[in-house]
Amino acid sequence: MIASSVAAALSASSSAGFDWNQIFDFTDYGELIVLLHNSLLAGAVLGLVGGLIGVFVMSRDMAFAVHGISELSFAGASAALLLGVGVVEGSLVGSLVAALLIGVLGSRARDRNSITAVLMPFGLGLGILCLALYSGRSANKFGLLTGQIVAVDDPQLGWLGVIAVVVVVGLFVVWRPLMFASVDADVAAARGVPIRGLSIVFMLLLGLAVAVSVQIVGALLVLSILVTPAAAALRLSSSPVMVPVLSVVFAMVSMVGGILLALGGSIPISPFVTTISFLIYVVCRVIAVVRARRGLSGRLRVATE
Amino acid sequence: MSAVLSLRGASLRFDDRVLWSGLDLDVRPGEFIAVLGANGSGKTSLLKVILGRQRLSAGSVSVLGESVQSGNRRIGYIPQQRLADEGTPLRARDLLSLGLDGHRWGLPWPSKSRRARVDAVLASVGASQYARVPIATLSGGEQQRLRVGQALADNPRLLLCDEPLLSLDLAHQRAVSELIDEHRSARGIGVLFVTHDVNPVLGMVDRVLYLAGGRFRIGTPDEVLRSEVLSELYGSPVDVIRTRGRIVVVGTAEGPHAHPDGTHAQHDEQHDPHHADEYHHEVRPL
Repeated sequence: MIASSVAAALSASSSAGFDWNQIFDFTDYGELIVLLHNSLLAGAVLGLVGGLIGVFVMSRDMAFAVHGISELSFAGASAALLLGVGVVEGSLVGSLVAALLIGVLGSRARDRNSITAVLMPFGLGLGILCLALYSGRSANKFGLLTGQIVAVDDPQLGWLGVIAVVVVVGLFVVWRPLMFASVDADVAAARGVPIRGLSIVFMLLLGLAVAVSVQIVGALLVLSILVTPAAAALRLSSSPVMVPVLSVVFAMVSMVGGILLALGGSIPISPFVTTISFLIYVVCRVIAVVRARRGLSGRLRVATE
Repeated sequence: MSAVLSLRGASLRFDDRVLWSGLDLDVRPGEFIAVLGANGSGKTSLLKVILGRQRLSAGSVSVLGESVQSGNRRIGYIPQQRLADEGTPLRARDLLSLGLDGHRWGLPWPSKSRRARVDAVLASVGASQYARVPIATLSGGEQQRLRVGQALADNPRLLLCDEPLLSLDLAHQRAVSELIDEHRSARGIGVLFVTHDVNPVLGMVDRVLYLAGGRFRIGTPDEVLRSEVLSELYGSPVDVIRTRGRIVVVGTAEGPHAHPDGTHAQHDEQHDPHHADEYHHEVRPL
């Protein structure tokens, strides 16, 4: 594995007194994987959800709204932690409320951005307040912001599974009219597509997806699985089949790869996930540039007889 | 033949401003009607009324004998041009197929018959060569061809076009308007074509609906596009000049900087006629 050889090389030449084993440590790897099979499963499921919904986040231009929702989800989770009720429920409530507010008040892009910008710092502030008052384990606090996948237990996995099924099935049901409404709202409305209803349904599904992502990668890094993989996929393709497939593959690789790399070290998984996701995006951009230089636009040449 | 679109005593007002009133119009199958008038005279609002997205203040409107509802799949609609954003996950053929079955729930499962139908529509609008090209990378003219194809894909009886030639060069203006003309005569589609410039479609137009200052005139281009008719309609001197097969309307205070909400209609009467001559619309740089 490249990462391990890099780690080995770097730690061998480490003169700065920095211990690379803190970041990469692959002793007892086999046993750890067995222990963390729940986390791996959670990562894969999350990759599926994030990769799919990301396609619509991109075509509806809602990346900023995703960030706003995740901050309110964080606020909900922090409040739940303080009050001693379920963190999952708290983050669900937070993100659904935020998603609905943004969906109802911000039907136009400009409104949506300002509503999001108003909600986001409020949510973050609320979350920080709750965490400041919370006197429990500090790992819990940090985990909400930066991820805590290492501790996915069976009930949590159950939650994740149920929500993931709801989001994926929901997306499949509304897929075609939602795509129509996202790229071409006027014509879709003229053809009888219920634009407004679809927008609310989408926001609810997005709220659910964000809530489960916050549980696992943390509020600050949700964009790396809900936006980056889809953005990378769109660099490579515009096919309505290939974009979601690539997006899901990229999100899964980031999640599962991140967990596998993070296993041994003592730092959270999120830096690994975000780095892999970012590198995939960079590679896709480079491929897109190379393709454009070679003139591979997809046009057929006029037949010369 | 019965009309595909009927308006009876139709009026539309916003607060105290009357866009048009007492409008009676029947669009026959295959008829091409150009809707002309200044910005804010209610051309786009007329299309919204027909699409069921705007209520009439008075009168009635029916499409194919039925009262309008929001979302009628017997109507094809080409909205004002908006270029596709980069990162739209659709290729040319996907945009077109949305016009065919984009309203249906579920995933768009590929099938032979669906593919064949999309191919046929692509060919009919001359877009086969770029069927698999991402729409965001297509030129404005190519995108507009696809919108025509999208609007025609499900065999509409009435086609509503809102400035479909805007920001196209002359060659594409001709191509797109000929495309619409061809399909409406071959399939008997009634066309309502909103435009600020009648010249690209002058040879195709059966009748003109000219909206101005809360009033309107309907008739053939020769009946309506005359100095005395438009002067009376605007309530101020307007010259209609015919030159080299083109029609130029001068003196309607309608220039590129005209106020989009149409308040100029009221200003018209106070307008200094010497200054009014500086403005002229329906002239496009060649």
